[in-house]
Amino acid sequence: MTAHMHTEHDDDGETRRDFMAILAGAFGAIGAAIAAFPLLNSLSPARDTLALATIEVDLSDIPEGSSKTVMWRGKPVFIRHRTPEQIKAAESVNLQSLIDKQTDEERVKKPEWLVTVGVCTHLGCVPMGQKESDNHGDFGGWFCPCHGSHYDTSGRIRKGPAPKNLTVPPYAFLSDTKIKIG
Amino acid sequence: MASGNREPFNNTVVEWIDSRMPIFTLLNKEYGVFPVPRNFNYFWNFGAIAGFMLVVMIATGLFLAMHYSADTGLAFNSVERIMRDVNGGWLIRYIHMNGASFFFIAVYIHIFRGMYYGSYKKPRELLWILGALIFLLMMATAFLGYVLPWGQMSLWGATVITGFFTAIPFIGEDIQVWLLGGFAVSNPTLTRFFALHFLLPFVIFAVVFLHIWALHICGSNNPLGIEPKTRQDTLPFHPYYTIKDSFGLLVFVLVYCVFIFYMPDALGHPDNYIQANPMVTPPHIVPEWYFLPFYAILRAITFNMNLYFLLGLVMLLLLLVDFVWRKKPVYLSAAGGLALLVVGGLLVLTGFTGDSCQRIDAQWLEANVGFKNMCGTLQALPGMSAEAAPISAKLGGVLAMFGSVAMLFVLPWLDTHPVRSARYRPLYRVFFLLLVVVFLILGYVGSQPADASVAGVPLILVGLLGTGYYFAYFLVILPLLGRFEKAKPLPESIHDVVLAKQINAETKI
Ligand code: HEM
Ligand code: FES
Repeated sequence: MTAHMHTEHDDDGETRRDFMAILAGAFGAIGAAIAAFPLLNSLSPARDTLALATIEVDLSDIPEGSSKTVMWRGKPVFIRHRTPEQIKAAESVNLQSLIDKQTDEERVKKPEWLVTVGVCTHLGCVPMGQKESDNHGDFGGWFCPCHGSHYDTSGRIRKGPAPKNLTVPPYAFLSDTKIKIG
Repeated sequence: MASGNREPFNNTVVEWIDSRMPIFTLLNKEYGVFPVPRNFNYFWNFGAIAGFMLVVMIATGLFLAMHYSADTGLAFNSVERIMRDVNGGWLIRYIHMNGASFFFIAVYIHIFRGMYYGSYKKPRELLWILGALIFLLMMATAFLGYVLPWGQMSLWGATVITGFFTAIPFIGEDIQVWLLGGFAVSNPTLTRFFALHFLLPFVIFAVVFLHIWALHICGSNNPLGIEPKTRQDTLPFHPYYTIKDSFGLLVFVLVYCVFIFYMPDALGHPDNYIQANPMVTPPHIVPEWYFLPFYAILRAITFNMNLYFLLGLVMLLLLLVDFVWRKKPVYLSAAGGLALLVVGGLLVLTGFTGDSCQRIDAQWLEANVGFKNMCGTLQALPGMSAEAAPISAKLGGVLAMFGSVAMLFVLPWLDTHPVRSARYRPLYRVFFLLLVVVFLILGYVGSQPADASVAGVPLILVGLLGTGYYFAYFLVILPLLGRFEKAKPLPESIHDVVLAKQINAETKI
């Protein structure tokens, strides 16, 4: 028996037993990782959270120049009824001067209505500017008080630390005065 | 824990237990006769104080948890109920709430003490790293706890902090959704934060145990930074330091009580007494005071790190690595090192200026033609645009913030000077005290709105300079001092110094 074990040594003095130990250890580690998966997976959004909430919003009560905030997927959505001046300001911007280059046209379905998710793309605060009396920032749109991001009348980032324009959620016009978000 | 050469105890019950499991022998060895340098000053009290605070937090937290409801619909009111209806609930909550602040006060003093007296140096590197780990876990725990009362600051603080993760390229948004369990900070977030806030203090407890274990292997450092040599240099832990620690703790708790009973909300933020509202962000979000310096570092990075900047940074880091770790055979010749320094420095400057040009006021540029031309030239360089920068300002801020904590972990290898205590390192002493001042200034900057200025100086600039000094201290000043600073002569022994002081005092009388 002992003689047999000696012959199992290969040249570097490693045995089959060393190999088996490493293999067993590796399998144990893989097994532990697989066992951890359901635990970590349970942290992802649950089915009810994911259930894509769609909401319908009536626009008829938003006079020109004012805004409405609605909740969608736990986040505020800004709906602004833009004035002709605001539309003109948004359309006449030189694309080259933008941080996140997008034309106003790409961001709206009808120029009077701007619909964006009201979450600053920096670190997630809700920018001010929905109320008449709010600070609208240097570009007449929204101003994020957290670290000073300025958005224009198309919800595009113009100044400050935010890297992206306010997100436009998926939405569709059901009629002239009604939209469905989501 | 060998029970081999155990001294028997006189008390029969103690002896009965100890002969089966020598726990009393262990306690006596580690806390009774354990030899401790005889020259501690009061800065050596804060470890014991921090340990006491951990116990206070776990005890009060446990009882708060019995009355608290982790549900966004109930949380705020359950905390109000603790304040109004639960017997003595206000007291338990105020002890816990201010306890977090006083825990951090103790730990900050404890850390700065270690830096001043060089306690992180060989052989105490692992001890120091375990301490830095405790600090990191404490920050996580306090952040999670602050979300639980579900006030406005809870919600928006959590939103901003978890927003850091969206800075990670490609997968950042998914990571954030996974952490939150939803698309915004909401009920699934609160329930998991509660579970983790309950768990982490016990993890901290375990790491504290390892920290003390490591301490008792190499023994304490002391204000002179020299190792005890003979029995004359040390005193048994009990009764000398049990008494000194108790006295210090008493004074500390006295101040703590002044806050609990007379100004319980002084360190908090009034907005957290408004229930969380996902539709409205408070006009000025500030973290708890103990996070402010790091928050200032986060906000200080307003520039994108483009290829020029990063390449230059890598060159400078290479120089540093070579400089800190090179032993006798020099990897880089003096000329090579100088070239690296100059080229790397120029690249960093080019990248930084080129990127900053994008944010300079257009009118100001018109008035300063020289600058305008320079910006024009720089911006025309390939890869200078903001989109081409591999590290955006947002990611850069997050990296700088985590990097500033990471400095603590690598500190033992950045400071290569053989002398520990700042008492014998006149230059180190000045730079270190300046670091403390800069840290406090950064704390002030972090507490102010992003666009504030003091006496015409924009605080964003102060924050950037402070951040620069913070990193320069660890990455440039310490390695340089390690090579070039001449220390004052060290005393023969602890005993000598203590005796000389005594004689000095007696002759004065
Ligand atoms: C490392 C130790 C700990 C730290 C630094 C810490 C920190 C905090 C902080 C900052 C708060 C918010 C205080 C407020 O504004 O109301 C809090 C709340 C809370 N903590 Fe802790 N905590 C610790 C340990 C624990 C433990 C061990 C438990 C449970 C066993 C616990 C349970 C709670 C509960 C239920 C709340 C919500 C009630 C309240 O807000 O007063 N904590 N904690
Ligand atoms: S979250 Fe809006 S500027 Fe930072």
